[in-house]
Amino acid sequence: MKASALLGALSIALLAGVVASLLVGQVWLRPGQVWGALLAPRPSLARLIVLDIRLPRAVLGVLIGGILGLSGAVLQGLLRNPLAEPGLLGVSSGASLGAVIAIYYGVATSAPLAAPLFGLVGGLITAGMALLLARGGGTLALILSGVAVSAMAAAGVSLALNLAPNPYAAYEITTWLMGSLADRSWDHVRLAAPFILLGGVLLCMTARDLAALSIGEAQAASLGIDVRRTRLLALFGTAVGVGAATAVAGAIGFVGLIAPHIVRPFVGHDPARTLLPATIAGAAIVTFADVATRLVRVGPEIKLGVFISLVGAPFFLWLVLHLRRTAP
Amino acid sequence: MSDLSLSNVVFMRGAQRVLDGVTVRFVAGRLTAVIGPNGAGKSTLLSVAAGLSKCDQGCVHLGDIPLAGIARRRLAQRRAYLPQNPRADWPISVERLVALGLTPTLPAFGRLPPGFQSKVDAALVAHDLIALRDRPAMALSGGELARAMLARATVGDPEILIVDEPTSGLDPRHGIDAVRHLRRDADAGRTVVMAIHDLGLALRVADDVVALRNGRVLAAGPAEAMFTGVLLGRLFDVPMRVVRDADGATVRFLD
Repeated sequence: MKASALLGALSIALLAGVVASLLVGQVWLRPGQVWGALLAPRPSLARLIVLDIRLPRAVLGVLIGGILGLSGAVLQGLLRNPLAEPGLLGVSSGASLGAVIAIYYGVATSAPLAAPLFGLVGGLITAGMALLLARGGGTLALILSGVAVSAMAAAGVSLALNLAPNPYAAYEITTWLMGSLADRSWDHVRLAAPFILLGGVLLCMTARDLAALSIGEAQAASLGIDVRRTRLLALFGTAVGVGAATAVAGAIGFVGLIAPHIVRPFVGHDPARTLLPATIAGAAIVTFADVATRLVRVGPEIKLGVFISLVGAPFFLWLVLHLRRTAP
Repeated sequence: MSDLSLSNVVFMRGAQRVLDGVTVRFVAGRLTAVIGPNGAGKSTLLSVAAGLSKCDQGCVHLGDIPLAGIARRRLAQRRAYLPQNPRADWPISVERLVALGLTPTLPAFGRLPPGFQSKVDAALVAHDLIALRDRPAMALSGGELARAMLARATVGDPEILIVDEPTSGLDPRHGIDAVRHLRRDADAGRTVVMAIHDLGLALRVADDVVALRNGRVLAAGPAEAMFTGVLLGRLFDVPMRVVRDADGATVRFLD
């Protein structure tokens, strides 16, 4: 089976990425040290590094990459558009704006979790606005209102940068926008994980509807699919899940766009069957990219979002050219 | 086996009355052709009859039960609908596309029900798609896609089959092939409704005809009585004559 071989390969890759992310960093650990640190209850430097620094980072990478890949696969299936991605509906920019407000007003310095919390709220507000604007309309209305809301949130971020009281605030906002998993703790995991998991469940509930939607909304409706319910599930799942992901890690693009494309040919292009492999592929991409940002050292640390865009954009271009040659 | 009946249906699009008091009965085991000029409301009529568009007044009954009272999934099992120019948006295989027709019978979670694959295989055989089963649906010719979509619609053995312009864009051979399949479905006891522009094909296979003009039923009845030069001329605003000879009947335009 092609599909199960793909799932196996992706799972192994993800596991390798997680192991690597426990080993690699400022202090390199051997597998034995990690193992010892995890088993032995007495405190040690290795235990501190693994449990308090690298493990939460790895868990966040898996969760965030997973929800980005899943949401991309669901949105591409829902909108029947291979260029759809979570950012399209304004969730990412809304979450960014929320976090930027927290940084801008200095809330973030007094309460470390303020930025993610504000981000989560921002993501939910923008998604809600997009849905409200598009209610009664179809798929195209949803895309357009998403683009509009997204543009408004982006304008808000630019305004914050423009009015930043001092260069340091502007710098802080800019670096936050680049997206990173550095210095994230279990607190961040505790904040984001419930929302990401809830979003994941909502998104997975659309699977069968997405399969039927591959022959259009009219035929899907005639097959007993409530297309409005599907749309709500997809949008709320994305808002909650990707909103939380963006809130703790900043804007990370391309994962939601690329992950479904990588797996689609292996599952016969069936939108329902892309969900699980796209989730694992997204998780593996973010995990490996996070390891790579620790390996590549040219001056200051390369931010995760920047790294993924640098690698992802050319890869996406290659994918488009490749698809044009092979697909009808 | 149930008749599908619309009584006094009104459908508004903005201020426009797309359907204006339509009352028709589609009889089980018969193939009904809905004919009329562009913009007469044929597609809307079919969509309302399929329960996909909610009408503003009047009601649709399947047998004795109002359509609105049938659960979405249950209705989907009993009625199949094909819109105009149906197409696939992803290059899924023909086999997968046909299997989508069984969506309403699938459990919410878990494995495929027994008989799933044999039903798909039977539909593939019946529509001459065995050789194409692994072909991506986006790589099919117009005629092949029409066959695949018809197989998709009938794989679940629906009582009611509603097809919007099954022959549009098809060459004569594939057009004849499409309506012949619909004829066979009606003979098998289904209630078959098709909107159609090709009067020649409609003449070949239809049992009943509903002539629609400006959202109203101009005339309805058995095909022999309906296909007259006078009526068709009034319907389409083109002088016509129906010529019947040993080869069957044809429509001549006298314009």
